Amino acid sequence: MADVCAHGLSIAYEGVDRRVDALDGLALSVADGEPVAIIGPSGCGKSTLLLAIAGLVAPDSGELLVGGTPVTGPRLHTALILQDFGLLPWKTVAHNAGLGLEIRHVAAAERSARVAEALDRVGLAEFANAYPAELSGGMRQRLALARALALDAHLLLMDEPLSALDALTREDLQGLLLDIWRQRGHTSILVTHSIEEAIFLGRRVVVLTPRPGRVAAIVENPEMGDPGFRDTPAFYERCAELRRLLAAEGALESVQSEAPHGEASAS
Amino acid sequence: MRHLRNRLLGYVGATVLLLAGWQLLAWLVGSQALPGPVPAMEAFGRTFSGDLLPEVLVSGWRVVVSMLLGSVLAVPLGLVIGRSPRVDAVAAPLIFLTYPVPKIVFLPVLLVLFGIGSLPKIALITLIVFFQILVTARDAARAIPAGSVLSVRSLGADRAQVFRHVVVPAALPDVFTALRISTGTAIAVLFFSESIAGTDGIGFYIIDAWGRIAYNDMFAGIIAMAVLGVVLYELLELAEARVCRWARVSR
Repeated sequence: MADVCAHGLSIAYEGVDRRVDALDGLALSVADGEPVAIIGPSGCGKSTLLLAIAGLVAPDSGELLVGGTPVTGPRLHTALILQDFGLLPWKTVAHNAGLGLEIRHVAAAERSARVAEALDRVGLAEFANAYPAELSGGMRQRLALARALALDAHLLLMDEPLSALDALTREDLQGLLLDIWRQRGHTSILVTHSIEEAIFLGRRVVVLTPRPGRVAAIVENPEMGDPGFRDTPAFYERCAELRRLLAAEGALESVQSEAPHGEASAS
Repeated sequence: MRHLRNRLLGYVGATVLLLAGWQLLAWLVGSQALPGPVPAMEAFGRTFSGDLLPEVLVSGWRVVVSMLLGSVLAVPLGLVIGRSPRVDAVAAPLIFLTYPVPKIVFLPVLLVLFGIGSLPKIALITLIVFFQILVTARDAARAIPAGSVLSVRSLGADRAQVFRHVVVPAALPDVFTALRISTGTAIAVLFFSESIAGTDGIGFYIIDAWGRIAYNDMFAGIIAMAVLGVVLYELLELAEARVCRWARVSR
């Protein structure tokens, strides 16, 4: 079981010259095997939330449970994929993919079998001995995904994993993420800046308020995962609904001048 | 293989150029103290298999031991200081205060303490190499991207595993650069300490030949010292190419 449950979650961190409240009383629950997308204005504490669920940042107050137990540190079956992919340039593709297993002291024979399977699944089998610097951006992201697959993660946390990729590669990888989720049924929490990506990959889309982050709205998106959903009118309507919600949160200030917002901001 | 051949060709070309420049300078200066490359090379060939070789071995041993000792002490210490703000708070002021002090002025102290054998020379070179590597290793450890550490920690890595998988490999290229730069300093300090006090080593050989007005022999010693530096530098290049293979790949 890898359900996630947060109650009254507050996290602050020391900024350069002041204390920054990243999350303030956030409540969120994600069912086991549910794919959820999180979207919100820049700096609304989305990444902090992921780091907390990954066990890398301790909450100041509130409750955070994964699989029914409080998070006290990195969990065996949680995988985190970061925006810059979190790959180590000095390790080969196979070594990067197996790093989680190595750190968890999985025997070498089992490790290489699981790594080979994971690399095969993301289409990197023939690059096992290459270094990350020899791969394209899309391939590096596939490698980051392979690392999570090799770990047999039940909970996959992704912090804007595709934002550095060009549009075509991005769509390709969104398809791969969906395929893998359909196949494995893991719990998936995706932080993204892209409205289309959130609707494509989140059965529920959580909209956060500007910092300190709280849940502003939740968009139910039951058709997510249906074949051809991306090309249906329902997909576009859902995107439009999400865009309106985000505009109301001030996330689109500089883009949508007609959005109802208090003060104009050029940023 | 082609890479190696190009490298050798480069060395041959550079050597020819240097020898030509040397010859030209020798003609211009026209002094006994600056013999041309031909008599100097003759002297080098004559003495190398004779009384120069033992001095080369002694000097080579001193400088290799010192550089090994200096890096073995400085690399782990520098990495720990660079990764721990608490340790850094104490260590950084100490480093900033002591790094600019020219360690070479302590040679007389070391001579009094350790005599005139290999010990004071090794101690002095170790001390100088130690500080150069320490500062580099600390800075390299501080510059490691937070994302690399975070991703490995999210996989459940403890402190030791973060060091093994991230900090050490990330800092190695910088450490190797510092090591290569410090070969020059190490050889210079070696010459200084061997020529000030002692009865062996290339430095002693050069100063001894100078005292005997045997300028060709003196140049044989100078060539030996230069070759020692080049060999050390190239060995470090080779080691780096092996250990940091990833740093040389690019798309």
